[in-house]
Amino acid sequence: MSRFSKTLIALALAVGTAAPVLAFDRYQGIGRAATAAEVQAWDIDVRPDFAGLPKGSGDAIRGMDIWEAQCASCHGYFAESNEVFTPLVGGTTPADIDSGRVAALINDSFPQRTTMMKVPTVSTLWDYINRAMPWTAPKSLSADEVYSLVAFLLNLAEVIPDDFELNQDSIREVQQRMPNRNGMTTDHGMWPGAPASKGGIGNGGRPDVRATACMKDCKREVVLASALPEHAQDAHGNLAEQNRPVGGVRGVQTGPSTAEQAPADPLLALATEKGCMACHGVASKIIGPGYNEIAARYRDQAGAQALLVGKVKGGGQGTWGAIPMPPQSHLADEEIDQLVRWILSGAKAQ
Amino acid sequence: MALTDARLGRVRPAPENFLSDEQIQSVKEGRRDFLRKAFIAASAAAAAPAVAHAQSAGDPAILELQPWSTMLGKPVAANPYGMPSMYERNLVRRESPGLTRVGGSSVAFTPLQGLFGIITPSGLHFERHHQGWVDIDPNKHRLMINGLVKTDAVFTMDDIMRLPSVSRIHFIECGANTGMEWGNVAVPTVQYSHGMISCSEFTGVPLKAILDMCGADYRKGRFILAEGADGSSMTRTIPMEMVESGEVLVAYGMNGEMLRPENGYPLRLVVPGVQGVSWVKWLRRIEVGDMPWATKDEAVHYIDLMPDGLHRQYSSIQECKSVITTPSGGQTLLDKGFYNVSGLAWSGRGKITRVDVSTDGGINWRTARLETPVLSKALTRFNIDWVWDGKPAILQSRAMDDTGYVQPSYGQLRAVRGTKSIYHNNAIQSWKVVESGEVSNVQVL
Ligand code: HEC
Ligand code: HEC
Repeated sequence: MSRFSKTLIALALAVGTAAPVLAFDRYQGIGRAATAAEVQAWDIDVRPDFAGLPKGSGDAIRGMDIWEAQCASCHGYFAESNEVFTPLVGGTTPADIDSGRVAALINDSFPQRTTMMKVPTVSTLWDYINRAMPWTAPKSLSADEVYSLVAFLLNLAEVIPDDFELNQDSIREVQQRMPNRNGMTTDHGMWPGAPASKGGIGNGGRPDVRATACMKDCKREVVLASALPEHAQDAHGNLAEQNRPVGGVRGVQTGPSTAEQAPADPLLALATEKGCMACHGVASKIIGPGYNEIAARYRDQAGAQALLVGKVKGGGQGTWGAIPMPPQSHLADEEIDQLVRWILSGAKAQ
Repeated sequence: MALTDARLGRVRPAPENFLSDEQIQSVKEGRRDFLRKAFIAASAAAAAPAVAHAQSAGDPAILELQPWSTMLGKPVAANPYGMPSMYERNLVRRESPGLTRVGGSSVAFTPLQGLFGIITPSGLHFERHHQGWVDIDPNKHRLMINGLVKTDAVFTMDDIMRLPSVSRIHFIECGANTGMEWGNVAVPTVQYSHGMISCSEFTGVPLKAILDMCGADYRKGRFILAEGADGSSMTRTIPMEMVESGEVLVAYGMNGEMLRPENGYPLRLVVPGVQGVSWVKWLRRIEVGDMPWATKDEAVHYIDLMPDGLHRQYSSIQECKSVITTPSGGQTLLDKGFYNVSGLAWSGRGKITRVDVSTDGGINWRTARLETPVLSKALTRFNIDWVWDGKPAILQSRAMDDTGYVQPSYGQLRAVRGTKSIYHNNAIQSWKVVESGEVSNVQVL
């Protein structure tokens, strides 16, 4: 057979027109074999034993450039920011690198629990950054970029030096320096599979707490350990409006009713409904600029309306920073027009 | 109303032109009459208190004709997809202010304080996303099976929906449900304390059937990885024992319709008894392997910090738990007298066998009625009679499952796990009732 006809047969198999390809043929005509290219495209996971890790290399110096362009806006220049997510780096020491246990998890000497304090396996960082970051443009990084970014984070945590070349081989040495590599246990009853003695990882489902069902005179007194703090009483809005207005109970009034508050702005409601407010505040930057900043920047600029309508529709990047705005294709043109007009007018209630 | 208008001598098509011109006119006049009556009633009410009026003759809700009794209602399909009554708008999913920083990696809680029975309305199912939610074109969605299988395979939604299906009712609870309360009371209502739980009827195909088709190596492949198709491509390790039991489903249906996009449309994994993060949404791939994967959400999050500084990894089962939903925090009892105390119980290990309720903070207990159905790894509704005498009370519920496990108190749970674990808080919940009838969230050791 010529190479050409072999390819044809392979293709026919791939689209499932040939004889049953799956081992179990009770369900004839259902499912088909995957092609090698398909499996390669989707099988991107990297395991703790580094199965699945692509070849490549990077270092912290290259990582810093990528970090500043694509990651720092959300995570901070030193991966310390608490603004969009909890800090990634901080709270680990050289002593932790030696012991493989993070002391701050025991003595509470660091105010937060950072990613680096917890993560036991370096494969986890590689796998996750590769599949999910940057948050608004996941799966856009090359393997070398991921190596560099992992190297950058490890360097910030002083796990590796500036010039350490991280690649598919040297990553194994790094695993031996992960600050919390000995910080995990699976000796508990909450793994639903087999116990460690039978090839699983848990204790076989044995619970750690054994309570009894006493029915009468179970204790002498009731100790109230905690009640809702004063400052939290109204933090969740007016509870009267979070309960049904009929039945045996009513919600407690814990704030002004929405009817008494300023009339709702229909454009703010539209912006909320369409997801704009996830990334923009009216008066503050979130991931994208605040609407007040946008209004200030384009004040008195001819053609701003049309320019920004185009940006919202088609997406934009580079005007405010490296984080792109994805195309907002789920809005009607008319809605985009209204929203931009509202933003440029100061996003004030109409 | 007859369809034949004798006066006009012809058959009138229904429902258009349903009323004759004169009839329309009389309705209009009737409505004017009504408005005039309402105006008079309103002025009368302003002059004399409504109570006196009610005492003298009776309840105006009965004595006065109400608008809905004297009008033509809306036509069929006015709402092609039906919506709750306008009076039910308070019961919606809500975020807890300050809990998370961005809406794309956040939680919206189910309003348990107003729900009945065990099924969560699909529009009120709690939401937890890590990278926002997506609405996937089902004709472009694929499920791939690879790893320790004879044949790496691909299934379309057409394929999956042609296979024999099963429908099962199960709860799904986030591992971090009640997580804000490990150290102290932090939130006012059951929506925020326990609202990361929902229960639905899921329809789909046992994953086992699909792995069989692909020739899975069940001897070596004792773990599977499930992966989503969204931006986060959420990944979680699940033990093969659960798949082999036939309980793990590849589901497309929820409460009789397709999954909602927020819940993974068009395909999600259903892993009964296990925390929600393992029920991978927008499911695109299952890999069979011989070791766990230590993915981000099983190596950095969804790990339980113990007092000795070790984290419990791969903690997945949702242990037996219960909560009284009415009356509950942030509510006020209308008056002294009879109440039906109602709540929910569940266990990731099986069926609920008993729920006890205390009204004195756990000194004495009475056994509640379990309402049917009582299903394995599903919510179970319990009810118990209570006559409130107007004195302070502390309401608690304590569930037991068919393994004999008893839901622990805060004191018992903290003695073993401390207060920093974030995940898997299944302690007994307490609601304090004061003389005014106000109910608030408290913790009893
Ligand atoms: C637009 C904001 C944004 C940008 C830009 C961004 N991230 Fe993130 N990152 C997040 C959010 C939000 C999470 C938490 C996601 C979740 O809840 O699962 C996260 C999580 C992470 C985590 C896991 C932390 C943990 O403890 O779970 C790592 C590691 C990470 N990001 C690295 C990066 C890198 C590397 C880049 C640049 C290539 C980047 N991020 C760019 C918002 C961002
Ligand atoms: C995923 C986050 C995200 C969402 C959702 C989002 N934006 Fe943006 N937006 C951004 C970012 C980031 C920028 C800055 C882009 C840049 O630097 O060019 C931006 C910029 C803008 C600008 C200014 C553009 C310029 O070039 O100056 C406008 C106007 C705007 N957004 C409006 C909207 C509206 C309206 C919506 C809702 C329909 C929306 N955005 C939704 C992230 C978002």
